[in-house]
Order: sequence, then C-alpha cells, then structure tokens
Amino acid sequence: MHTLLDPKKHPRGAWIGIALIAVALAVLPFALTQIGTAWVRITNLGILFVLLALGLNIVVGFAGLLDLGYIAFYAVGAYTYALLASPHFNLHLPFWIILPIGAAIACMFGVLLGAPTLKLRGDYLAIVTLGFGEIVRIFLNNLSQPVNLTNGPQGITLIDPFSIGSFSFATRETIAGLDFTGPIKYYYLLVVVLMVIIVINLRLQNSRIGRAWEAIREDEVAARAMGINTRNLKLLAFAMGASFGGISGGIFSATQGFISPESFVLVESVMVLSMVVLGGMGNIWGVILGAMLLSFMPEVLRYTVGPVQERLFGRMLIEPEVIRMLLFGFALVLMMLFRPAGILPSALRKRELETPKAAA
Amino acid sequence: MTTVDGHLTLLSAKGISKRFGGVHALSDVGFTIGHGEIYGLIGPNGAGKTSLFNVLTGIYTQNEGEFMFDGQPLTGLKPNDVAERGIARTFQNIRLFANLSALENVMIGRHVRTRANVFGAMIRDAKTRAEEKSIEKRAYELLDYVGVAKRANSLAKHLAYGDQRRLEIARALATEPKLLALDEPAAGMNATETASLKGLLEGIRRDGTTILLIEHDMKLVMSVCDRVLVLDYGRKIAEGTASDVQKDPKVIAAYLGGDINLNLKGAA
Repeated sequence: MHTLLDPKKHPRGAWIGIALIAVALAVLPFALTQIGTAWVRITNLGILFVLLALGLNIVVGFAGLLDLGYIAFYAVGAYTYALLASPHFNLHLPFWIILPIGAAIACMFGVLLGAPTLKLRGDYLAIVTLGFGEIVRIFLNNLSQPVNLTNGPQGITLIDPFSIGSFSFATRETIAGLDFTGPIKYYYLLVVVLMVIIVINLRLQNSRIGRAWEAIREDEVAARAMGINTRNLKLLAFAMGASFGGISGGIFSATQGFISPESFVLVESVMVLSMVVLGGMGNIWGVILGAMLLSFMPEVLRYTVGPVQERLFGRMLIEPEVIRMLLFGFALVLMMLFRPAGILPSALRKRELETPKAAA
Repeated sequence: MTTVDGHLTLLSAKGISKRFGGVHALSDVGFTIGHGEIYGLIGPNGAGKTSLFNVLTGIYTQNEGEFMFDGQPLTGLKPNDVAERGIARTFQNIRLFANLSALENVMIGRHVRTRANVFGAMIRDAKTRAEEKSIEKRAYELLDYVGVAKRANSLAKHLAYGDQRRLEIARALATEPKLLALDEPAAGMNATETASLKGLLEGIRRDGTTILLIEHDMKLVMSVCDRVLVLDYGRKIAEGTASDVQKDPKVIAAYLGGDINLNLKGAA
C-alpha cells in the first residue's frame, strides 16, 4: 500500500520522496497565493476535511461501524473551542489547553454514542448515529435558553485565533522577505497536524488494535470467540474517531472565527462519509484523495463554471451549485459502476469485492 | 480435585439445560473431561452437539446447570472471557476472517495473549515492536504446525477447504487454549485429509492441549477419542470408551432409528 514510502524496501527512494513532498507542501501556499488568496483558505478547509475523513475512516473503514452523525463530534470540538476562547463567556484559554479538552469531550461523546449502539449493525446503527448527529445540532440550536450556553442559531462570534505568546496565527507577518498571511500560518499548522494524524492512522492500522478492528468488521462472532473484547474495541473505535473530529472542530473554530449550528448539518456528515467511500474505505491514502477531491471540486466549479458559460453562451445558464450536484451524482454512479471499492481501494475492500473467479 | 481415568479434571459439566422457547436443545447434560484427553461428542443431526458448544463458549447462556473449567465456574462469562480462560473453538460452518490473509487470521488469534494498547500502537515503542514481532513469529510457527505455512499470504477464503479447517485450528491454537473445542473438523474432507487431520489432533494432544471433538466421521472418532459422549434429542444417552459406546443398544437405536418411541418423542 505504501511501499514507495517504506524505508526498508527503498531506503533512498523513500527519503527523496519524502523530501520532494515536504518541499511541495512548503511551497504550495505561496504558489496558491499567486492564483488568488482565497485558495489558501480553501486548501485549509480541504485539509480540515481530510482530518475529519481520516477520523471517520477509523470508525467506518477499520471497525466497519457505519456512522452517519460524525459531524456531531466536529461540532462538539468546535463549540468547546469557541466557548473557551471567545467573549461569549469572556474566557480566553490558550489553544494548546483547549484542543486536548475538545478532543477529550468529543471522545466522551463518542463513547456516549457507542455505548447504546454496541449491538447494532449496518442500517440500524446508521439510523441511530444519524439521529445522534441531529440531536447534537438541535441542542446547539436551542441551548440559548434558559441559560445562554451556545447562543442558539446566531452562533458564536469573535472566536480567538490560535496564538503562542505574542505570535498569533491570524496576523500578517513578513519573515525573511516572505509574506506570511494568517491562512498561510494556519496552513503550516494544519499540515503538521495532518502528518501526525496520518502517522497515527497508519500505525493503528498495522497493530494489535487495528487487527482486532478488522476482525470485528469481518466476523464479530468469530472475533469474540478468539477472545477479542468487541465491546471495548468498538467503543475505542468510536472514541478515537470522535477525538480526531474534536481536534478538527477546534481548529475549524479558530480559523473561521465564527461558528453556528448551520455548519454541522446532516449533509456535512454525508459529505465526510462520501469522502471516505469515494476515496476507498479503509485505505488512508484513498481517504485523503477522496476528501481533497470532494472539498476542492465545488470551489473549482465556482471559479470555472460561470466564466466558461459566459464565454460560450454570453450569459450564465446553469448555476455552479446545480452543476455541482449534477457532477456529484454522476461521479457517484460512475464510481459504483467502475470502482465500487473506491478510487484507491484498501487491499481488504479490493479482495472483498473480487469475485472468486477473477481471483482464481 | 477429582480425576477421570487417572487424568485430572479439566472441564466438568453438571445438569446443563438449554431451551429455545418450547424446544429443549439440551436437557440435564453432564460430563467430565480430563487433562490431556481427546473427548468425542457425537449424536445424530440436531442432537444438540453444537448447542452444547455454544453454551460452553458463552455464545448462549444455559437455563440450568454449570460448567467448571480448570477449577473455576464459567457461568455468566462472555465468549471473549471464555477464550481468555483457555477454551478456543472452531465452527461447524468455518468462520475465518475471509478477506484477511491466513497469517493475519492467526495473528488475530494472538490478540488475547498480547497486551499492546492503543497508545503503544500509536507510539510504537520498543515493547510494542517486540510484541508485534513475537506475534508474527508465533503465527508463522502455528501455520507451519498445522501445515498451511505455504499459504501464509493467501486470503483465507482462497484456501482449499481442508486448509481452511486447518487454518481455523491454527487460529484457535494461537489463543493458547487449555481446551480446544473442534466442531466437525473433518467435515468435507477426503480420506487422506482426514488421516492427516488425525495425526494433527494426536500431535496437539501430545503437546498438552485437551481436545473436545464433535465429529460425524465415526472412523475418526473411534480411532482418536479416548472417551465419547453420545447425545440424542438434547439428552445424554451414553458415555464411555469408543468401543463400549459402539455396542450400546441406545446408541445404535439413535443412529439407525430402530426405536419407534424415540422417534415419536422427537416429533412431539
């Protein structure tokens, strides 16, 4: 799967590859600024979605538990950060304290969702998780009374950006002749977080815990008979996935400076799940690709569909939003026909969907 | 501790009953298995053999009765706790992790005897790496032991039928059981495969693991089992050495359907 980056097989190739990727990632925001400053922001949001998709991949891809309310954990992380670092309660804790708190609270919510759904599978689990996602959103929408906890649909504004001492991630700075805007600083932070989470994911997958998740996904009865505590391991999958969501939510809060329940609707959960499925459930690289594609596509369309139509027909015939949904539906149909296991399927899914004849 | 034919008792069952609504799958079944025995469990189809396995391994909970395993009761334990206590099983309708490799299947069997937690997995410290290595090493050894080492990297579902049965035994052995419970391991095997399975079972016993064996292949049962328990309609109808049981009129009746009363009782 990641043989190219396997230092044992290609010691020199791996390092050259890693160096090239590092240079590309370092230069990317400045290159994007040349196209338009908005693109750095869009990239940041894209990376946030990659983080979310990687978190959901633990639950859906590794342990095989279909979760349709994943965005709720993102919301919990986002609101935790917003409430502890904004004028709303007049609290301004530093981010390195809040992010772990957010992860822990999201983790707790993960267990809270996991515990009653332990015996459910497939469609039934999907329905309960879907309900959970909606309950969290509705709570956020209505917890402005009797005590104003979440400020209801108005959301929370003026959320603090990340800062360490006098160094703030939001202000523009010129370092060594390079113009570092706020989004560029966040970009580097996000890339670091992303790397850490990718490494954690890879390691989890090839571990005793990862194998146990795979066993549960394959055959729960056999897994239990082999001594795997399915209850604890399912809860662990929910908890791990949720805490990744919580961390992403915290970063989202800080980069946006404003959050409201509207950012955490069901469609977002579906979107993250689509990213996981489109890219290739269970395969970390596939999930990253899927998340990137689905988060960039609407933006690319926004900037191309209008101008192209105006040049061709002299006016806008179809809204970008309509085209987006059309292409999205079309892409999903094509996927199911030609690559049902995802663009970059995990080895496991590929085998599963192979017909015995083709395999023999 | 009591002894059975000079063996120390490993497992004893007393008054085990299991009902599904009005169906009495098991009624008042009792037996004892000694350390180092190969104990056969036979009976016609639907006699309750697999139900007894499921009750023993915690998949079902019995309505009455108690199992004592290695001096401790098994009552109320979940399947994973039972496995941890030292009973590993295979399934009548092979339940391998079909889309994982043979090696991975056995590695998963090591789960219950290894300790790495989620933090160890993330940090991958020296202890976790060492454990990971030992898991892989032991898994290869076990594949070799049951004779499917050549197919270590093949998917479980692509193995030949007999190899799948053997792989399931390797996966069960990976949990370091004191009692290995095999549900029809010879089903679907030809005579040669069955003969080599017999060798494997004797080897496992020689290496110190007690075996509880459900099997329809009477030739295998009679040649390999020290003692045999016969179930019919959920009741114990005979117990003893293979040759004694073979001569028992009740057993012959159960298998050949000679006793009309017995059949009527079943239909009711």
